[in-house]
Amino acid sequence: MAQMSNPLLAVRGVETFYGRNQALFGIDIDIHQGEIVTMIGANGAGKSTLMMAICGVNRAVRGSVTFDGKTIHEMPTHEIIRLGISQSPEGRRIFPRMTVYENLQMGAVNSAPQYFADDLARIYALFPILEKRHAQRAGTLSGGEQQMLAIGRALMARPKLLLLDEPSLGLAPLVAKQIFDTLRELNKTEGLTVFLVEQNAFHALRLASRGYVMVNGRITLSGTGAELLDHPEVGAAYLGGKAH
Amino acid sequence: MSLHDQTSSSFLPMIKRSVIATIIAFFLFLPTLGIKTSASGGVDGLFLTYRWLLLAIGCGLIFVGRIVYELFWAPKDGVQKPAKAQFGLVKALGSAKVAKTIGPLLLVFAVAFPFLPFSDRYILDLGILIITYVMLGWGLQIVVGLAGLLDLGYVAFYAVGAYSYALLSIHFGFGFWMCLPLAGLLAATWGIILGFPVLRLRGDYLAIVTLAFGEIIRIILLNWRGFTGGSNGLSSIPRPSFFGLPFNQDPGGFAATFGLEYSSMQRIVFLYFLILALAVFTFFVTARLRRLPIGRAWEALREDEIACRSLGINTVNTKLSAFAIGAMFGGFAGSFFAAKQAFVSPESFNFMESATILAIVVLGGMSSQLGVVFSAIAMVGGVELLRQLQFLKVIFGNDFDPSQLRLLLFGLAMVLMMLWRPRGLVSTRMPTVFLKDKKTVSAAMISQGRG
Repeated sequence: MAQMSNPLLAVRGVETFYGRNQALFGIDIDIHQGEIVTMIGANGAGKSTLMMAICGVNRAVRGSVTFDGKTIHEMPTHEIIRLGISQSPEGRRIFPRMTVYENLQMGAVNSAPQYFADDLARIYALFPILEKRHAQRAGTLSGGEQQMLAIGRALMARPKLLLLDEPSLGLAPLVAKQIFDTLRELNKTEGLTVFLVEQNAFHALRLASRGYVMVNGRITLSGTGAELLDHPEVGAAYLGGKAH
Repeated sequence: MSLHDQTSSSFLPMIKRSVIATIIAFFLFLPTLGIKTSASGGVDGLFLTYRWLLLAIGCGLIFVGRIVYELFWAPKDGVQKPAKAQFGLVKALGSAKVAKTIGPLLLVFAVAFPFLPFSDRYILDLGILIITYVMLGWGLQIVVGLAGLLDLGYVAFYAVGAYSYALLSIHFGFGFWMCLPLAGLLAATWGIILGFPVLRLRGDYLAIVTLAFGEIIRIILLNWRGFTGGSNGLSSIPRPSFFGLPFNQDPGGFAATFGLEYSSMQRIVFLYFLILALAVFTFFVTARLRRLPIGRAWEALREDEIACRSLGINTVNTKLSAFAIGAMFGGFAGSFFAAKQAFVSPESFNFMESATILAIVVLGGMSSQLGVVFSAIAMVGGVELLRQLQFLKVIFGNDFDPSQLRLLLFGLAMVLMMLWRPRGLVSTRMPTVFLKDKKTVSAAMISQGRG
């Protein structure tokens, strides 16, 4: 797949530290408009750290991040988010004591009020269960419903780029599949650009057009989803050692 | 027969538990009931008087009480009592409908209060005190209840408000209505000054810094003698007037202008309505703020700060605004306090005040405005009630001063609260948004096959 346009998100040589421990080593990533890109890797590889570096929570000490033509790695987090990056953080992090509806409202804090009704209807259409539960406290939802809410909340901001950190974490395989199906549909119908960080490599690579493999803070492999699925190293390390 | 067996088999353990309770009570009562200290004027310092009889009575009561508890209330071994339904009234307070009825009723009562037959000066003063605490509670509720920032130094803003009014009116001759916004503004500024260094702190650490902040303000007030009068405080603060009409016997005074007979009660009634108006203002502003995006951002911040950041909420501004607005209401209340007392001194702004206000918010259920009203009545009114329990002197002798038991009963009330209603009097959080058309929308979606 030849990409002629400039990438929507370009991460160049990003290095981050936790105190004196380096977590990321010269990460380069491109995400183009309309793509689903995935990053797979084991626990502690640095996937979520990269996510935070993009959002400016944990700043890149070296390297640069550009989004939509703007250099963002020195901006405060809320300004980065306002440019059109929406994040569904690891562990869902919905607001448990607020209702489903209020959670979705929180997602729309930075978008213009006139879009709200349409966006809400769109989220409810994507995840009908959220509409049924709209007046319920988010903390009482099941794990899968909470994940749907987290994604719905992120979508309420009308993102140009949706960052998803381990959406399948702790979910039953069927529910995880449902969420991945929704993402595929969103990508197909609305051209939503998605950057997906996952441990569930099999599902993620089947969904993604391209993927990266991260090991100990370095990107070791990259390629199309199908290429990586067939790659012997990926198979051995992340797909339960299935013979390919 | 089976009943008899059961009783006899559980008799020994029951006695054992009662004895243990009595032993614990003995050690607790020993310093409080068993030993009385009296200061002598001389060099000898303290005299200890042992009151063994009182101690024995106390322990005996615990022993008998424990047995009675075991016999009648305690869950039987192996048989779990079904969880008791929550107290009907208290639970009902949490529901939106009841809150909507009780709120206006309370307001009507509060407005009619000064004209009720039993309202003498003492009762009105108590009413003013309670409403002041309700207002402070609502102010602190923004910081603690909504934004989830544990603030143990709230009284500092109360002090800033009080001293602002005192100093501005003494030195510049500003009137009450001029000072009120200035006091609020100054308190809000101090709220932001406190807010900046604690932006990264949460929970225990935040509590410690705010506690220190409260003390710093008090100690500055105590030691900056030239400016604040030190421990002597500031006296002869001008009292608020009724749109320029002072409450005195002069021909130009309030009573003379309206052709009324002068009475000192007029000023009290005016002060009562003044604080009531301020409290109602606080209520409406905070109730409105909750429904605005900023209020929801505060709540979201309490729930999950990281999620807030990932949604693009400016957490710095959100926190600072919570501190500032909470402090502003503290400043208003402080300004009123100074106007009412016509005297301020650092003594009025010690940690106990912060603790009382925080207790009101916590007892009220953190995020319920109605809860704050009830807990303020209980906390402030309850303490006053103790003074009225003079009949206890008949039992405990003439030296007995029931108001000395204040802290003891306060502790007891806290323990009981934690046992029965650990999340406050009104613990349910009402959603800030109610959808009226929820059923129709859902039905439409279902009929389209999406449900």
